[in-house]
Amino acid sequence: MTEYVLIESRDPFESRDTEFVEQTAITIKERGHRVTVFLLQNGVFAARKTTTRLQRMTHAGVILLADDFSLRERGIKPTELAQGVEESNINSLVDTITQPNTKAIWH
Amino acid sequence: MKERTLTLALMDPPYESANSTTAFRIICAALEQGINVNVFAYEGAVCLSLKDQAPHANPVKGTSIDEEEHPTTKAFVSSLLAMGVDKPRLTWVNCGLCVDERGAANAVDGVRRGSPADFFKMAGESTNTLVIPTK
Repeated sequence: MTEYVLIESRDPFESRDTEFVEQTAITIKERGHRVTVFLLQNGVFAARKTTTRLQRMTHAGVILLADDFSLRERGIKPTELAQGVEESNINSLVDTITQPNTKAIWH
Repeated sequence: MKERTLTLALMDPPYESANSTTAFRIICAALEQGINVNVFAYEGAVCLSLKDQAPHANPVKGTSIDEEEHPTTKAFVSSLLAMGVDKPRLTWVNCGLCVDERGAANAVDGVRRGSPADFFKMAGESTNTLVIPTK
C-alpha cells in the first residue's frame, strides 16, 4: 500500500479545478491506498463547516488535515472546522512526505 | 532512522505567491527535523536568491527602511542555507538557463548554478520529491 499526500493550496471558490483533488483522492482511496489531503494557503477555505466542500472525501475515508498557520492567517478558528477535518502543521506534513513509499502531489 | 532527504522544485518568482512562503516553511521544518533538503529553483524562482534585492522605505507612510523591516527572499534563502550548512544539509541549485534569461546570476553565497539534470539526480537520490509549480 502506498501513502498519497495531496496538498491543496487553492481556494475552491476561486479555482474550479480543486475538484481534481477530490476526484483523485477518492479514486486512489477506492483502490486501497491511504490518502491524506493537506489543505494549506487558500485551500483551507474549504475546511470551514459552513461549506460542504469536503463531505464526499470525508465519507470516502480520506484523511483531511488543515495547516494551522494558514488557518490563523485567514482568521479561521479550529472550532469552525468541518467534521472530519483536523488541524495540523507544516512539521507534520514534512514528516509524512519524507516517509518511504509516500507520494506527495502539490495542487 | 535512516537519513532522509527531501527535494523541492520551486518555480514561483519572489513577491508573487504564497507558494514561496510555504516553500520556505517546508525547508525550515525539514532542516529542524534533521532532514537534508535539495532545492532546484526553476524559472522565476531563480530570483528568490538574487543578491541585488534591496529592502525599501515606504514614502506613503513616511517610514524608513529600518522601520519597514521589509523581508527579502534573499535573506530567507541565506538564513536557510546557514541552517543547512552541514548536517542536515541544504543544497540550493538555480537553473542556469533560467538565470541567464533573467540576468539573475548574482546569487547569495551558497547557491550554485546547475541544470535540470541536477534536479533529476537529486530526485533519484531523495526519499521524496515535491514539485511546487506556478498556478
